[in-house]
Amino acid sequence: MALLKMKFSQQRRVRLAQGLWLLSWLAVMCGAFIFCLGVYLKIELLRRDEVMEDTDIHAVPNLLMLVGLASIGANWVASRVCQDSLDASRFPRWKVLLLGWYAVAVLLCCLLLAVVVLSYALQGRLEESLKVGLRNGIRFYKDTDVPGRCFQKETIDRLQMEFRCCGNNNFKDWFEIQWVSNRYLDFTSQEVKDRIRSNVDGRYLLDGVPFSCCNPASPRPCLQNQLTDSRAHYNYEYQSEELNLYSRGCRQALTDYYMGLMNSTGPGVLSVILIQLSVLLSMRYLQTAVDGAMALESPEGESEGYILEKDVKATYAEVKAKALDLLKFAQVDPASEVAGAEEGEKAAEASAKAATPPPAS
Amino acid sequence: MPFLSLKFNLQKRVKLAQGLWMLYWLAVIVGIILFSLGIFFKIELRKRSEIMDNNESHLVPNLLILVGMLSCGLNAFGGKLCHDSLDPQKFSKMKPMLRPYMLLCCGFNVLLLLLVLLSFLMQFAVYLTLAEGLKNAIRFYKDTDTPGRCFMKRTLDMTQIEFRCCGNNNFRDWFEVQWISNRYLDMSNDVVKDRVLSNVEGKYLMDSVPFSCCNPGSPRPCIQHHLTNNSAHYDYDHRTEELNIWNRGCRQAVFSYYSGIMNSIGALLIFTIVLEVRLRPHCRSQSVTCVLKGTELDSQTTVTYRNHFALPFFFWNFILFPLRLIAVSMQQKRKQWREIHILLVEKQELL
Repeated sequence: MALLKMKFSQQRRVRLAQGLWLLSWLAVMCGAFIFCLGVYLKIELLRRDEVMEDTDIHAVPNLLMLVGLASIGANWVASRVCQDSLDASRFPRWKVLLLGWYAVAVLLCCLLLAVVVLSYALQGRLEESLKVGLRNGIRFYKDTDVPGRCFQKETIDRLQMEFRCCGNNNFKDWFEIQWVSNRYLDFTSQEVKDRIRSNVDGRYLLDGVPFSCCNPASPRPCLQNQLTDSRAHYNYEYQSEELNLYSRGCRQALTDYYMGLMNSTGPGVLSVILIQLSVLLSMRYLQTAVDGAMALESPEGESEGYILEKDVKATYAEVKAKALDLLKFAQVDPASEVAGAEEGEKAAEASAKAATPPPAS
Repeated sequence: MPFLSLKFNLQKRVKLAQGLWMLYWLAVIVGIILFSLGIFFKIELRKRSEIMDNNESHLVPNLLILVGMLSCGLNAFGGKLCHDSLDPQKFSKMKPMLRPYMLLCCGFNVLLLLLVLLSFLMQFAVYLTLAEGLKNAIRFYKDTDTPGRCFMKRTLDMTQIEFRCCGNNNFRDWFEVQWISNRYLDMSNDVVKDRVLSNVEGKYLMDSVPFSCCNPGSPRPCIQHHLTNNSAHYDYDHRTEELNIWNRGCRQAVFSYYSGIMNSIGALLIFTIVLEVRLRPHCRSQSVTCVLKGTELDSQTTVTYRNHFALPFFFWNFILFPLRLIAVSMQQKRKQWREIHILLVEKQELL
């Protein structure tokens, strides 16, 4: 009892071959799309490389690129098979390859599913990596004269302006570190000396933020310094001022951005999985229908197409039997093993007897 | 005396048909590119219409969109015409449409030339609109409570950040305007009163710039206020300081962006004109010389398995397999025409 049997006349076989040819070229386009998606995601992650501590999240774009390339190759092969399927002289040479092709197609679908799962599962790792990276970025903001960190300031400034965020969790992160380099501090000034003495580490801390935290949508020109002092500015109330600076933290902003990217690719990846599965099923039908037609006396007649020759249980039992056969073939036969062991023992005793007399003498 | 006449035998005609097919589809793609470029330019103009006083001319992008659509339509029709010219039955149906089509193409070429001229000349208009618009934008920067100008501040800040520029000609334009609203000025303060009284119009002028003029690439935190006062900041000399704020004026920056777009539009249009001019004479000779009188082609072309894919080929991507399609059908037609030619020669000999 075959699984999902269908009858195919010559006309239907031709239509199936045409349809599958078009579908496999569509799947090639989808493979190219997946590859480009992977490349785009990788470039976006590499652009913000400096504020990320580790690269675990790069597994998602790497996998996408790999699957995209493999999908292009596999579906191109499928289209070649389609073209040869209606020609009885050229089709048999693809028979062996088709088994391997089915395995590859199933593997591709599984990998694509894994990508979707990974993109949700790695969110926590991404946040951790961003937390550490941004903390270091803010700490080294002032080190524009230290080799290896010269561009940290520019990176953080551009990041804050582009993603409309300020600090790691919020703008108060800037109050806890010294972000003005000592080169630009006048150590003879009383104000500077007071601030440095006010904390244990001798850092110049102030309740001010860099200009890149400023929100252009604020109705008043940006207030950067003495933010906690309501009297320092006219008509300014520290607790109720909302539009002056960006209120979001950069870690939240970046996480949202990357999660948004990966979530928006979710439906695309799922539809590519569906297309790949339909190519797989149609290929199986085409293969069985054409094989059936070639076995008939009149090749133009009606043949049957199915997914599995017997139903699921019978096929599973058959596959299991075949696998065990292979294992048994690898194992040595028990009867001949015993006989061989006895022979081996006898030979060993003989050689031992020959070997022992000389040492005794 | 025909204009630019060339001799064509069958072999040459087949090669010509193949080449023309590719050229026509290239022309359709160029038409699509022109259309999308027109839409892109229109969107870019709309995005910054506030700093151009809402006064900018949309003539070039509108014409470009029209030209793109016309180009697609004309070249797709021309491609179909070329393809059918090799089949006498279809060609006889198309023949009456040939002359008006050629006239339309000539008119289209004239339109293209006009558009090339416009895309180079309208740059002056854009420059003048920008100069006027930016001057007003800087003046209305502080009016975030006036209806109609609430978003001028945000637009100008975003423009300065995006184009890495400051002021109209340079950053000193900000020294001549009051860019802080009176709502945020403490009029009872002596410093404020001094500044307001220091000029005829009673404006609060300062030697400061908004935060959007700051250069993130500067090694020191941005100095916005008291820019001309060296003693106000430690280790600062305003004459030698270069990286602190942007040096370029926004008029120059925004204009070079738009002139880049318009120059590339002009270059693409010149390429399109060259493409169109090359296509016309070839197709005309192809279609006019390719009429076989009184012959019936054998409609039963070969039934190889490849022909099953003729239909998907046709509706699939024209760019991928047009040559293959033509090559396959050409091979068969070539054989048949050779047979017909032999038959004709024999007939003549008999007569």
